[in-house]
Amino acid sequence: MDKVILRLKERSNIPVEAEAICPDLFLTKSQQEIEELALYYGNKGRRLGDFFQVQGERSDNIVIEGEIPNFKKIGQGMSRGNIHIQGDVGMHLGALMKGGRILVEGNVSDWLGAEMEGGSIRVKGNAGHLVGAAYRGSSRGMRGGEIIVEGDGGSEVGELMRRGLIVIGGRAGDFVGAFLIAGTIVVLGPVGLRPGAGMKRGTIVAFQEPDLLPTFHYNCLCQLSFLRIYLHHLREEDLNIPQEYLGGFYKRYNGDTLELGKGEILVWAGQVA
Amino acid sequence: MQVNGVEIEDTFAEAFRMVGSRILITACSRQWALQAATTMTGFATSVIGCGCEAGLEREVEPEETPDGRPGTSVLLFAMSKKSLADQLIKRIGQCVMTSPTSACYNFLESSETVLVGGKLRYFGDGYQISKLLGGRRFWRIPVMEGEFLIEESFGVQEAVGGGNFLILGQDLESTLRATERAVAEIGKVRGVITPFPGGIVRSGSKVSSKYKFLRASSNTPYCPTIRSLVDSQLSEAVNCVLEIVIDGLEKTEVGEAMRVGIRAACLPGIVRISAGNYGGALGQYHFYLRDILGGTLG
Repeated sequence: MDKVILRLKERSNIPVEAEAICPDLFLTKSQQEIEELALYYGNKGRRLGDFFQVQGERSDNIVIEGEIPNFKKIGQGMSRGNIHIQGDVGMHLGALMKGGRILVEGNVSDWLGAEMEGGSIRVKGNAGHLVGAAYRGSSRGMRGGEIIVEGDGGSEVGELMRRGLIVIGGRAGDFVGAFLIAGTIVVLGPVGLRPGAGMKRGTIVAFQEPDLLPTFHYNCLCQLSFLRIYLHHLREEDLNIPQEYLGGFYKRYNGDTLELGKGEILVWAGQVA
Repeated sequence: MQVNGVEIEDTFAEAFRMVGSRILITACSRQWALQAATTMTGFATSVIGCGCEAGLEREVEPEETPDGRPGTSVLLFAMSKKSLADQLIKRIGQCVMTSPTSACYNFLESSETVLVGGKLRYFGDGYQISKLLGGRRFWRIPVMEGEFLIEESFGVQEAVGGGNFLILGQDLESTLRATERAVAEIGKVRGVITPFPGGIVRSGSKVSSKYKFLRASSNTPYCPTIRSLVDSQLSEAVNCVLEIVIDGLEKTEVGEAMRVGIRAACLPGIVRISAGNYGGALGQYHFYLRDILGGTLG
C-alpha cells in the first residue's frame, strides 16, 4: 500500500501546530508539495520539511516516525485514510475528524478526538484530559465514531458527547461523561469522581464501583443484550474483555436527575444476581 | 425421466416474485430462541390467507450472533415491501418482543430496508433508548422482564415464492415417509423455507372455483377420492398426493431445494413426481423438474 512516511529530524520543545498533517491534504500532493506545507512553530510559520524527512507522495496513508508530544492538531478534520503515529503525540489529535483511522503506538495529550464526527482512533498508551469532549463554549462534544484508549484517560472524558463510543482501558479521571447528551463510554479500570455529572442521556459502563452523585438512583440488577453486543465488539478490537463481563449482571443507575435523568450508569455486579 | 424407478413428469413449478427478509432472534437458551421463532412463524403458511409466508431457516450458533447467545434465523416473505414491513412489525411485536429474554436483529444485508425497530420503539413510551454501533442502530425498549433489543431497520430483497413439487404415492404411509424425508433434506439448504405444517401441504389448490365468491379451490385433478368424477391427473396406482412448497431468497436456492427434495422423495411406494403450475402465465419463475434434476435451473 502506498504511504507517506514522515521521519522526525529532531524533537521540538516548542509547540507546533500541524493540522497540515492530514490524509485529505496529502492525497493530491507530491513529495515536494508535502514538504512545503505550512506548520506553525510557536508563532512562526515554518515548512513541514523543516521538521520531517518526507518519503512518498500522493497517498492518504501517513506514517509518522518519532516522538512528537508537542505537535498539535494532527489529523484535525480528516475524512479518510490512515495516520499511524509510532510514538507519543500532542494535543487535539483527530479533533473534528469525520472519517478514517488513527493509530497511536504511544501516549496522546489532551483533547483527543474533540468534537469528532466519525472514523476511529486507537491509542495504545494513555490519553490526556477531555477525550472526545466539546471545546469550551461549544454545545456538543463528540458526535460519532469511536475512540479506544488502551491505557488511562484524564478528566472530563466524553464531556458533552452527543454520539459515538469511547473506551478507556485503564483508569479514567474525574467527571467522566459530564453533561453527556448521548453515546456510550466504557471504562474498564477505576472511575474518578462525579461520573455522569449533569448527564441527560447516554450510557457510562463501569467495572469497578464508582462513587456516584446523590442525583443518581438505583433501578435494578439486569443483563442487557446491547451491552453484550458492545463488549463483543470490543473483543473483536482485541481488548481484554473477560467472559464474566459478557454474561454478568449490571446495576443500573439512572441520572443525572438534576437534568433529564434519562442517562444511565451501569456497574458490573458479578456473575450471580 | 426416472429417479430410483420414480417417474419425473415433464412439467414445471410456477413460482412468484415476492419480497423476502431474514431476521435473527436470540435468547438466553436455544429453547427460547426456538420458541420465539416458532411463535413468530405460526399461521404463516400462505400469503393469501395469512398475509405472509414464514418459517425457521436454521438454528444459529452463539458464535454467529452479535450478542453471543443462541439464535434462530427466520425467513419471511410477502407480496410487497409494505406488506412485509407490516408483517414484521406485527409478528416481531407480538411474538418476539413478548418472548422472554429475546432480542431481534436484521440478518440480511441489502440496500433496501424497512423500518421495524424504528416503529416498535414507541412501545417504550418515551423510555426507549437508541444505540448506534458500527452504522447499525438498535433500540432498547424497557419491558417487564428487563429490556427488549431490536435493530432499527431490516433488509429486504426480491425473492421467490411458491417453488413446489407434488409427490404421488401408492398409499399414505409411503407418501408421507417420502415427503418427510424430502423436507428434511430441504432443511439443509440455506436461504429457503417450507412454510406449511411440517413443510408439507395435503390440500393443494387450483386458481378457480365453481363458487363466485371463491378465487381458489381444492386441487381436484389431484384428489384421489374423486378420481372418477373429475378430469383426474392420477393413475389408478396413486392413492395419495402430498405437496412441498418452497420459498427462497434466491432462485438458485429454491432450485437447489427442489433438486435435493425430489431426489430424497424418490423412494419405494412413490409413483410419480409432478409440480404445480398455472400454464406459465402467472408466475415469473418456472422450475422445470427435468432441468433441475439434470443440474440446469429452469
